Amino acid sequence: MSLNVSNLTVHHGAICALSQVSIAVPTGKLAAIIGANGAGKTTLLRTLSGLKTPTNGSIMWKGEKIAGIKPEALVRRGISHVSEGKSVIPELTVRENLELGAIWRRNAKESKESIDQVVSIFPRLGERLQQRADTLSGGERQMLAIGRAIMAKPQLLLLDEPSLGLAPLVVEQIFQTIRDLTTSMNLTVLLVEQNAMGALKIADLGIVLNLGKVVAMNHAQVLIDDPAVRAAYLGY
Amino acid sequence: MRKKLTLFILLGWILLLIGDRVDELRVYQGAQIAMYAIALSSIVLLTGYSGQVSLGNGAMMAVGGYAAALTLNNLGGPVWFAFVMAVFVSALFGAFLGAAAARLSGPYLAGTTLALAVGLPEIANQFDFLGGVPGLLFDVGFPPERLGEEFTQYKWFFWIATFLALLSLFITSNILQSRYGRTWRAIRSNSLAAELSGVHVGRMKILAFTISSAIAGLAGAVLAMTISLVAPGAYTLALSFALVTGAVLAGVSSLPGVVFGALILVAIPEVADVLATRWGGDENLNNYLPGLIVSVLLILSVIFTPNGPGEKLKSRHHKKG
Amino acid sequence: MQKLLETFLIGLSTGSIYALMSIALVLVWRSTRVVNFAQAGQAMLSTYIGFEIATRTEIFWLALIIAIAAGALVGAGVDYFFMRVLFKHAVSGPAAVVAPVIATLGLLGLVRSIVGLVWGGEFKSIKAPASTDGFTIGETTLPFSPLNLLIIVTVFIILIALAIIFQRTNLGLSLRASAYAPEIAQLAGIRTARTRTIGWAIAGGVGGVAGMLNTASNFLSPYSLDLLLVFGFIAAVIGGLESMVGSVVGALILGIALTFILNYVGTSLVFIGGFVVLIAVLLLKPDGIMARGKVRRA
Repeated sequence: MSLNVSNLTVHHGAICALSQVSIAVPTGKLAAIIGANGAGKTTLLRTLSGLKTPTNGSIMWKGEKIAGIKPEALVRRGISHVSEGKSVIPELTVRENLELGAIWRRNAKESKESIDQVVSIFPRLGERLQQRADTLSGGERQMLAIGRAIMAKPQLLLLDEPSLGLAPLVVEQIFQTIRDLTTSMNLTVLLVEQNAMGALKIADLGIVLNLGKVVAMNHAQVLIDDPAVRAAYLGY
Repeated sequence: MRKKLTLFILLGWILLLIGDRVDELRVYQGAQIAMYAIALSSIVLLTGYSGQVSLGNGAMMAVGGYAAALTLNNLGGPVWFAFVMAVFVSALFGAFLGAAAARLSGPYLAGTTLALAVGLPEIANQFDFLGGVPGLLFDVGFPPERLGEEFTQYKWFFWIATFLALLSLFITSNILQSRYGRTWRAIRSNSLAAELSGVHVGRMKILAFTISSAIAGLAGAVLAMTISLVAPGAYTLALSFALVTGAVLAGVSSLPGVVFGALILVAIPEVADVLATRWGGDENLNNYLPGLIVSVLLILSVIFTPNGPGEKLKSRHHKKG
Repeated sequence: MQKLLETFLIGLSTGSIYALMSIALVLVWRSTRVVNFAQAGQAMLSTYIGFEIATRTEIFWLALIIAIAAGALVGAGVDYFFMRVLFKHAVSGPAAVVAPVIATLGLLGLVRSIVGLVWGGEFKSIKAPASTDGFTIGETTLPFSPLNLLIIVTVFIILIALAIIFQRTNLGLSLRASAYAPEIAQLAGIRTARTRTIGWAIAGGVGGVAGMLNTASNFLSPYSLDLLLVFGFIAAVIGGLESMVGSVVGALILGIALTFILNYVGTSLVFIGGFVVLIAVLLLKPDGIMARGKVRRA
């Protein structure tokens, strides 16, 4: 198990956003996290990437405790987080947004190689490297956000609703890319999604959150077949 | 309302009794405290209740001071008319400024009012009818004879200043408890919500600016009275600094706090003087120690008790309870 | 025609000093969301240190470099020891929003008092690195002097250096990213707190240059940089408070406009002119002259 979360409790002020959450994700697996609005999905990702400090519980990543460590330090340990809502900086060019992801490595040559790698994954970004990011379409921005995360050569990728506000065709494309990346780069991926069906279809395992608690954790296919999950989250 | 009025009259009577029993210097300082209390209540009204920071209250006071002096020197008339004109002209000025400021938020407002505080003395320097650097005389005259021969000039200042301070505090506290006060607080805590529930946010902000400026103008005229003149050197950036410090010490939203803030502002030069003499009394020390004390107080209070020392005690009490 | 040209040139020289101050304000505003009124104090302190070096060594450029270093150090110190503490104590309540701005005002007062205690209130001057006598063409002597030219060139070089840092280096990219979107920068692995302190240091250094150049053509006292602060702020507002290019353009416009008022109308209206420009921009183009479409708001 490369990521091991046990009894994680997180508060927003007085409100308990996550309560006693325990999950485990093996190396190289893609875990889809689904659940209704306010279930604590985003809070879980923000805590894993260090943006939020947990009240209680532990997070083990590759055998080390990481709860409470700052995001910029966790990036250096291989954790990259693509936050909700196309996390790109509109005022910067596409190239600058990508370069940003690799600054901490302080290696210009590797940075260039990583840009080539991202461009080979998302050819459309290659055509737009010199444009400002606010000229991109929604799908392109999401590609850029994921591309920026890849620039850091992560081992654990945290994705928060990459399908939000995108056309169905683009969503399919993004999901397929996420699946391919997981396999080709041997990434461990946590994918938070409202689009539960789409996420579970590409995932190895699924985790269902409700009101800050884990209510189901199993192989993705098992969850898809589970009548209760179908009724509650898949809509049929 | 009637209860409060009785309270204020009682307070005034006690102050006048005290005024009879202390020496001249203390009487003069009493007048200064009254002047600062008026000035601080204008900031409390603006910052504490409308959520706007004005760093340029010294400039507002200058407007009032010059208006009073110009009225008395050129139009003559009774002294009270000069004070009324000070209030009127600075209210007008405040309305004009408020119309611009109502559309500004945070940094823009702070910067604009600071620019005013730096610039207004410069402007006064440039025009002959404002008296240039030496300024204009402002002489409210001797106390009326029927008060007796014992009645000194400083005591007369003290009476006028105290009367005006009590009057303006009374009016301010009533405004703050009125519909307007509640609306200002609503705007401060959430201006969008206030707007959506039908409040004319812009108009209310202009109103706050106008009233605040009127009160500051009154304070400016009182200041002019205590030093018998208006000059650019009396309404410096340092005065605006001191007022912001006093307001923070008073707890920016506490009207009773203004007396405490005013007391400290008058005490600082006194304390600085004692310290400077003890530490050798060199000229730089005399000139810059008061500013040093003001700045240190401002910094410490803004870091540790940004809502005033009173607020802190209250919240401690709250936690215990 | 000649008067027109020389007014323009002197305005350019004045405006370029404003440009430095306004860049310093913009840099801090972008990274910290505070209009740093203490910038005038920081610049003053660095200039007094520069003044000491200049009187002892009589080498202006050495003094300038030391003033830059001192300004950078003071700027970093203010962020590290002061702003961080302040934001840790940032509480809710009526004063929470205004606390940072009032704190920088307090800091300005503090630096002013300390400078006054150490150096006194009398006017000091630094020997200008170039002649202040105007250029002579034929029989006529212009008010535009070699010093004015030198100021324009120095500021130009500094602006180029800043442009290179911000557009071409990783540090510049980190600074811009942390200013625009601190959270995304943090998630990309940028040490945003450290980056912010570096931003304050750069602003402090730039402010030091502004103080030195202002003093070379003027004099130095605990109050001599207040007007520079105000004009720097106005220039920054003209540029929209967010844009460094905008603030430079704003400063040059302001410098030229005020010099025209000075030469054609008279000294009495210079400040009023500046204030009218400020109010006009705030009312007519509150997002600054460089605004295109939507701008981030505080």
